[in-house]
Amino acid sequence: MSFEPTDIQDLARGAALLGAGGGGDPYLGSLLLEAAVAEHGAPRLINVESLADDDLLIPVAMMGAPTVLLEKFPNGGEGKRVLARLEDRIGRRATAIMAAEIGGGNALIPLMLGAQLGLPVVDGDGMGRAFPELHMVTFNIFDVSISPMAMTDEHGNVVSIDGVGGEHVERLARHVIMGMGGSGMIALYPMNGVQARQATVRGTISMAMEIGAALRNAREAGLDPFEALSDYLRSTPYYQHCHALCTGKIVDLQRETRAGFAVGRAIIETHGRSSSTTKIEFQNEHLAAWTDGRLRASVPDLICVLDQETAEPITTEALKYGQRVHVMAIGAPPILRETRSLAVLGPQAFGYEHDFQEIEQLNQ
Amino acid sequence: MAQNLRIGVDVGGTNTDAVLMDGDSILETCKTPTTHDIGSGIVSAIRELLHPEGTHTAEVRAVMIGTTQFTNTFVQARGLARVGVLRLSLPASASLLPLAGWPPVVADAVRGVSVLVPGGYEFDGREISSFDERAVRDAARQFRDAGLTAVAISCPFSSVRDDMEVRARQIVAEELPDAAITMSSEIGSTGLLARENAAIINASLARLAEQIVDSFQAALDSLGIEAPLFVSQNDGTLMNAGFTKRFPVLTFASGPTNSMRGAALLSGCTDGIVIDIGGTTTDVGVLQNGFPRHSSEPVRVGGVYTNFRMPDLLSVGLGGGSVVRREPELSVGPASVGLDIVREALVFGGHTLTATDVVVALGAAEVGERSKVAHLEQEFLECCRTRIQQIIVDTIDRVKTRAENQPVILVGGGSILVTQHLEGAGEQILPPHSNVANAVGAGIAQVGGEVDRVYSFDQLSRDAALDMARTEAIEQARQAGARQNAIDIVSVEEVPLAYMPGGSVRVRVKAVGDLDLDRFSGTSS
Repeated sequence: MSFEPTDIQDLARGAALLGAGGGGDPYLGSLLLEAAVAEHGAPRLINVESLADDDLLIPVAMMGAPTVLLEKFPNGGEGKRVLARLEDRIGRRATAIMAAEIGGGNALIPLMLGAQLGLPVVDGDGMGRAFPELHMVTFNIFDVSISPMAMTDEHGNVVSIDGVGGEHVERLARHVIMGMGGSGMIALYPMNGVQARQATVRGTISMAMEIGAALRNAREAGLDPFEALSDYLRSTPYYQHCHALCTGKIVDLQRETRAGFAVGRAIIETHGRSSSTTKIEFQNEHLAAWTDGRLRASVPDLICVLDQETAEPITTEALKYGQRVHVMAIGAPPILRETRSLAVLGPQAFGYEHDFQEIEQLNQ
Repeated sequence: MAQNLRIGVDVGGTNTDAVLMDGDSILETCKTPTTHDIGSGIVSAIRELLHPEGTHTAEVRAVMIGTTQFTNTFVQARGLARVGVLRLSLPASASLLPLAGWPPVVADAVRGVSVLVPGGYEFDGREISSFDERAVRDAARQFRDAGLTAVAISCPFSSVRDDMEVRARQIVAEELPDAAITMSSEIGSTGLLARENAAIINASLARLAEQIVDSFQAALDSLGIEAPLFVSQNDGTLMNAGFTKRFPVLTFASGPTNSMRGAALLSGCTDGIVIDIGGTTTDVGVLQNGFPRHSSEPVRVGGVYTNFRMPDLLSVGLGGGSVVRREPELSVGPASVGLDIVREALVFGGHTLTATDVVVALGAAEVGERSKVAHLEQEFLECCRTRIQQIIVDTIDRVKTRAENQPVILVGGGSILVTQHLEGAGEQILPPHSNVANAVGAGIAQVGGEVDRVYSFDQLSRDAALDMARTEAIEQARQAGARQNAIDIVSVEEVPLAYMPGGSVRVRVKAVGDLDLDRFSGTSS
């Protein structure tokens, strides 16, 4: 796979879409990756099937507030350091790295490290989208231990955590991240090839890049980008269910912070021949959408808000009153819709009472 | 005698327009071709405005100029200064160097020397690392040795605390007394890269700004006008000549803003839809409270990522010069004869059927010779009329934020194309002088102040934080020249931030007030 600037921009746009409103703006990540590729050459992307059973695969990510990352970029030495700490703890060298989260900027960070460190990067991730917390990931759901995990900042401070479970580590790590100034690099859920094949959401790096390419090609050819996007998604193994929920304007927007999360809702009104009102609730990512009171989609299925003109994905922090948007629901990868997954990242994990229903049932 | 005489000038790519205003009323208008040297075009426009039997130059209290020159110069990468970039951030932010993501042509034109030194702040104002005076001085000497005279200084979270940028500027000024220095905190809002980019763009234009503002001033001097000179910013407010020399980047995108602000004044309508129909395109935007609604997408200028706030405009390919085709099906635009309309259009004896020919044939406008379009059959003309109306109606529908009909204000030379009531429009207003709305927007004479910063609502309480932001925005407006006690807060925006402690909220407050001309009267009468 090539990592020319156009490919990287495609990947960033696709990752932003899969962020379902969260995951942070991947622009910075795309610049970091471009710089790493210019200096070290392209990273090598590998298939999870090609891992040997006893390989050591380590997912890596940036953790913290997207706003902080916009002000304070990494030093460049964080990846090597955080991996080295985990390798010391485990007593072996990593043979490959991977994204924990394909949605948003974290899609690009492992590729940057892969280029920098010459380590192969597995084409896949642990979410198939973005989620707000460290335990909301397939690795956790499929019994890969989050620990040992390590985190580091630009100064060289390293903290490793041996937690008794994903939720405990999430709580502890949030405190450490604040001490690090609100942003740091983490390595966690070290696993072998057998575990990786069971727990990985496969092929999501390639898919994100192809999503971005589909949007770009449509725009360049003057075609309808939403149609191009749907056509592409329907050709993929995971995201073949997708529905346009509405096209309209944001007529109301409420936000607040609750326990560190950006929580809120947006009301989108469609008018013209048939008028309707769509409500979207979010907590970093979009969680659920209703049209005229009827549930249209809920987590873990993806709810994506795109600019009506340009088809650029819009993060929840960038939603604004008066914006003209197109809202699309995309079915989550099947692995996230399994019962054991829904317990960790289904509607009830976010405080809703309703059971998960697939978008293809809700939008027949 | 008139108390509040002002001249508004819009220096566009094609025309230099000027208006003479007294308060909110328009006394005189004129349109002249933009000249290569800009200055002589301004002189001839103002001279036409102040004809011998008209207003005396001594009565003019202020001159406001809107110009696209800085944007054009930057986008074309001509005549830019090379910039020394000093970023105080180490050990953070070393993974992405200044000018990252710039188009190579512009980056090559601007690249001087970039130096990263220790410093910078965390989100809560703590230091990332302490200020290193020697490292800053060394950097300044590197700039000097490289012959650089323009410097941009940035640091993480300088929007929260600017102390380090200020100290660094002092040191650089000691080593390079003649340098034009821009601190990112003076221009920017949240986002180091966007803020640093804006500072670099600004520094690269500083030398040119000196020349351009001086040429504006020379134009006024040659006319014997002693009134102070102001230049339009992208938010529709003004800055004085000295400020413009320091912050030329703030003129970017002032054109569309002026056009919409002018439309608001001319129509007396502060909330509605502005349709600016030119020769080739129609720009449609939304007025809220007398100001344009802004785009939410990050704005790139000449391909460079910035966080300037630009009016949210929808452009469609319809204008007075739009080419009308019968085959394969009836179409109007997006192809246009543009400036050649005076030769190409049928009414001017040309051979291309344009939208202007259609409205003249319909008897809805008097342009050129109507006899040259008398052969067009009525049925065909009505189809064209329907098509033109439909393009505009569809565009209105796309920008509308409410289902109910909203007032529509038509401006620009192509507004003759609208011959009937537009579906979806409430009141449809074609104000007088609408062909010089841009210059009117420049002449409105308001000044503003803006705060864009992250506050902790837990530390301060929401009310106290918003009060602080309001007070600072008002003070900035006052310093910019607004009349005390006549400054309004025109917008307050709060965006809570994810994963941040203590109710961290990004607050944007904007204050605007009328220019206090009495404060500048010392230089005029």
